[in-house]
Amino acid sequence: MNEKIIEKGLLSITLCLFVIISLIIIFLVHESIPAFTHFGLIRIFTDMRWIPDLNLFGMLPMIVSSLLVSFLALVFAVPLSLTTAIYIEELSSISIKNLFKPIIQTLAGIPSVVYGFFGLTVLIPLIRDFVGGDGFSVLAASIVLAIMILPTIITLSQDAIRNVPFEYKQASFALGSTHFQTISKIILPTALPGILTGIILGLGRAVGETLAVLMVIGNVNQIPSSILDSARTLTSNIALEMGYAMDIHYNMLFVNGVILFVIIVVLMALTMCIQHKWGC
Amino acid sequence: MKITVKDFNVNLDDKHILNNINLNIKRNSIHAIIGSSGCGKSTFIKSINRMNDLVKNFKSSGKILLDGKNIYDDDIDVVNLRKRVGMVFQKANPFAKSIFDNVAYGLRIAGCEDSGYIKNTVLDSLDSVGLLDEVKDKLYESAFKLSGGQQQRLCIARTIAISPEVILMDEPCSALDPLSTLKVEELINELKDEYTIVLVTHNMQQARRISDYTSFFLDGVLVENGRTEDIFSNPKCEKTENYIAGRFG
Repeated sequence: MNEKIIEKGLLSITLCLFVIISLIIIFLVHESIPAFTHFGLIRIFTDMRWIPDLNLFGMLPMIVSSLLVSFLALVFAVPLSLTTAIYIEELSSISIKNLFKPIIQTLAGIPSVVYGFFGLTVLIPLIRDFVGGDGFSVLAASIVLAIMILPTIITLSQDAIRNVPFEYKQASFALGSTHFQTISKIILPTALPGILTGIILGLGRAVGETLAVLMVIGNVNQIPSSILDSARTLTSNIALEMGYAMDIHYNMLFVNGVILFVIIVVLMALTMCIQHKWGC
Repeated sequence: MKITVKDFNVNLDDKHILNNINLNIKRNSIHAIIGSSGCGKSTFIKSINRMNDLVKNFKSSGKILLDGKNIYDDDIDVVNLRKRVGMVFQKANPFAKSIFDNVAYGLRIAGCEDSGYIKNTVLDSLDSVGLLDEVKDKLYESAFKLSGGQQQRLCIARTIAISPEVILMDEPCSALDPLSTLKVEELINELKDEYTIVLVTHNMQQARRISDYTSFFLDGVLVENGRTEDIFSNPKCEKTENYIAGRFG
């Protein structure tokens, strides 16, 4: 009897959660529908101009910028994370392993505004002085994002590498392979699904990050022609304009949100596919 | 003698696992190591290809001579040693690769790029373990689709593909059903023409059926050693007699 009550209680809490999430999604879609009908789905995705005063709401530059910044962040973060994960799991001593664990956890816990502030005060002057442009750029944003997604990719890659059965390693060594051959030919291919999951979750975090990006990217709404150009992402657009947006402009920001939501759902589906395909 | 073990000791943390082992293993013979769990027999054969180097806090002293050369000398290339002394493990452990790639792995990491040679060697090795007919239509499918016994024979094929001189087998049949066990035993018997085989087993009948020589280990000590028929029909030591009579262990 008692057990039944506990079970029902847990069920209703879980259902609450489900209802809340569903309501958020419904609200998001509901608020964005007037914008879709007003400006047209195709124009939202193809028009280059975002000028709310003139009723122009093209999101192509923001979509391109969001994806560009995020993928560039991966270009920086993946090699760094992967080598770190391999080193810690396969080559380092116990004491170094114990040293790195809290460092990586701390990295994950630092608020994004701090990363943004670091980018603003350190990275932007450096880029301005040594690379070019005025510093506020796609490059600055992607470096900041890369640092922010390091812990996600490192931790998940570490888990994947650690979960490679010891038997595989043992068999590989027994066939006369070197440690490096075992890592590259056995451990990494076996850990690949987990590593890919880490990379995709990192990408998801990069696409969704708002504040740190907003602080360093310059927020000029254009398709950047180089990585030193300023740009504006989907997330920072919402944050910048939500304070004064009215009527159809207000609805347009929800379209912004829906697009972000769709991107994240696609990424999640991708990780599920990977885990399903490799059966883990 | 293919392998000569001289005053060999192993310490793991503070535990003395192997105590002053002296043993000769003859070329082209099957040498069985018997003894109850925890007597150090697995540690012993893993010392012969230095797999124990992977174990933290492993310390050894004494010598193991392979063709007269101490494999614990500083100038020994461990990677090369393991190419000469192959190993089959208790639990079949194929890689998450195709059947073909499992057998080809050892050749490829050894730097062989001749795909014709690799293909021939893979097919020959699979044929030697009697697996070729069973898998010839699914060479490029995952090795995990094979049964337990087939996987173990695949692991043996993988080992002989790189033509070792010695094959170490650590209870290779303990996870197999009787029919698969029989097949693997027949295979081991055929392999001794070309290889020296050291077989750890806790199955006394198996040692008796297929080995030429038998060593009985107890608590890290080599208690008795000799021709298999002598050990089983006329053991010199009472402990050996008790063990093979099934009174303990």
